[in-house]
Amino acid sequence: MERDIRVRKIKDGTVIDHITAGQALNVLKIIGFAEEFPKTTVTVAINVPSRKAGLKDIVKVEGRELRSEEVDKIALIAPKATINIIRDYRVVEKKKVSIPHKLEGVLKCANPNCITHFEPVKTVFMVERKDPIKLRCHYCERVMGEAEIVTQF
Amino acid sequence: MEFEGRDIISIRDFSLEEIRYILDSALRMEARMAEELCLLEGRILACLFFEPSTRTRLSFETAMKRLGGRVIGFSKAGVASVAKGENLTDTIKTVANYADVIVMRHPREGAARLAAEVSDVPVINAGDGSNQHPTQTLLDLYTIKKEKGRLDVTTAIVGDLKYGRTVHSLAHALAMFGAGLILVSPPGLEMPPEVLSDLRELGAEVTRSSLEEAVREAEVLYVTRIQKERFPDPEEYEKVKGAYKITPETLTKAREDLIVMHPLPRVDEISPEVDLTRHARYFQQVRNGIPVRMALLALVLGAE
Repeated sequence: MERDIRVRKIKDGTVIDHITAGQALNVLKIIGFAEEFPKTTVTVAINVPSRKAGLKDIVKVEGRELRSEEVDKIALIAPKATINIIRDYRVVEKKKVSIPHKLEGVLKCANPNCITHFEPVKTVFMVERKDPIKLRCHYCERVMGEAEIVTQF
Repeated sequence: MEFEGRDIISIRDFSLEEIRYILDSALRMEARMAEELCLLEGRILACLFFEPSTRTRLSFETAMKRLGGRVIGFSKAGVASVAKGENLTDTIKTVANYADVIVMRHPREGAARLAAEVSDVPVINAGDGSNQHPTQTLLDLYTIKKEKGRLDVTTAIVGDLKYGRTVHSLAHALAMFGAGLILVSPPGLEMPPEVLSDLRELGAEVTRSSLEEAVREAEVLYVTRIQKERFPDPEEYEKVKGAYKITPETLTKAREDLIVMHPLPRVDEISPEVDLTRHARYFQQVRNGIPVRMALLALVLGAE
C-alpha cells in the first residue's frame, strides 16, 4: 500500500490529538499507563507534522477512556489537545480540553512551606494564564509554571 | 464601601479604591487618637501569634485598646494547643467562638487564608511565613501618602528583595498606584522573577540600580534587613552588609525631600546618625501602624 500509515486505528479507547509537541511523554505520565494499566496498548507519535501547529504529538490509548481529572491535567501542559473517544473504530465523541479558572485538588503546591502540606485541606490554584500556563496557589500565593507542574506527574 | 465581616489576608485582595478608603479611614482615626474612643467597646480581639513578634502584636493590641475593645491571645505556639498536636483549623474554629476578630501570625505561607476560610469571624493576617503582611503594606502606604501627599512616588527598595515578605506586597501596591520602582539588592537576593513579572503586568516601571544612583533619584528609600542566615559564607555577608548600609554620608547626594523608611527592627543597615537627619521617617512609620490598624479593626467589625 502506497499510503503511509504510521499508526494503526484503534477499536475502543481514546485518541489524544494536537498535544503540544514534546509533551506526549508527560501525557503518558498523567494517564499513568505504566502503573495503572500495564497491559494497555498505548501508541505514541512525537513531532508529527501538523498544518495548524507545525508539529504535534499524538497518544492513542486502547480500551480505556480518560477520567475528567486526567483531562484537566492534560489541559495544563497541552492546552490545544483534543480528546477523541473511539468505540468500534468510530469517533463517538470529540472534545477540546479546557483549562478551568480554578483547579481543586488536582496538583500539589510547589512551595514546601505552604499550609496545604500541613493541614487537611484540598489544594486550590487559580489559573492566571492559560498558555503558557501560570497558576497561583490560592493559599500561599506562590506561582507555578509548566516546569513545576510536570514534575508532579 | 462594605468592609464589615471581611478578612484582611493579602494586599492582592484589594482594589485601588478600597486601599484609598482604608487610608482615608486611618487618617480620620489618627485625628481622633487623643479622644477616648469606645467604637469597639465590648468587642474582643484574639491575637494568635504562632511566631514571635513584638511590634506587630503590641501595635494591634494598642489599636484595639484605643478603640475601647479587649484583647486575648498567645504569642508563642509552644504554649498553645498546637504543642498538643491540634491542627490550625481546629484552633481557629475554637477561637472564633471566643472573639469577634482574629489577628494571626503563622510561620507557614497560606495559613491566614486557610484560617479565614474556617473562621466565622474576620481574620487579619499579621504575617504568614514569607508570603504577606498586608497591614505592614497599608501602614507603609499610609506613611508615604502622609509624607508625600501621593502614592505614585519613585521608590527605591533596598536589601533582601528575595525573601522579604514586606517588599513584595509593598512593591505590588505601589505598582498599582503607578509608582516607579528602583530595586537595589545584593547578588542572590534579587526580586524573584514571578514578582517582577507581576509588577510589569501592573504596568510598573521597574529598574535595577546601585545604591548611590538609587539614593540620587528616589523620593522614598525603603530599606530592609539583610538576614545573615541567607548567606552560606559569613565573609560574603559581611561584605554585602557594609555595601548596603545607610549612613548620613550615603544620603549626601539625596534629594532634599527624600524620606527613609524601614519596617523595623533594624540591625545595622541604617546607622543611628541617620535618625537625626531630615530624611528619617521609620519611627513615624511605626507610629502610623496604630491608626491604620485601628481603622482596619473598626472597618471589619462594622464600627467605622
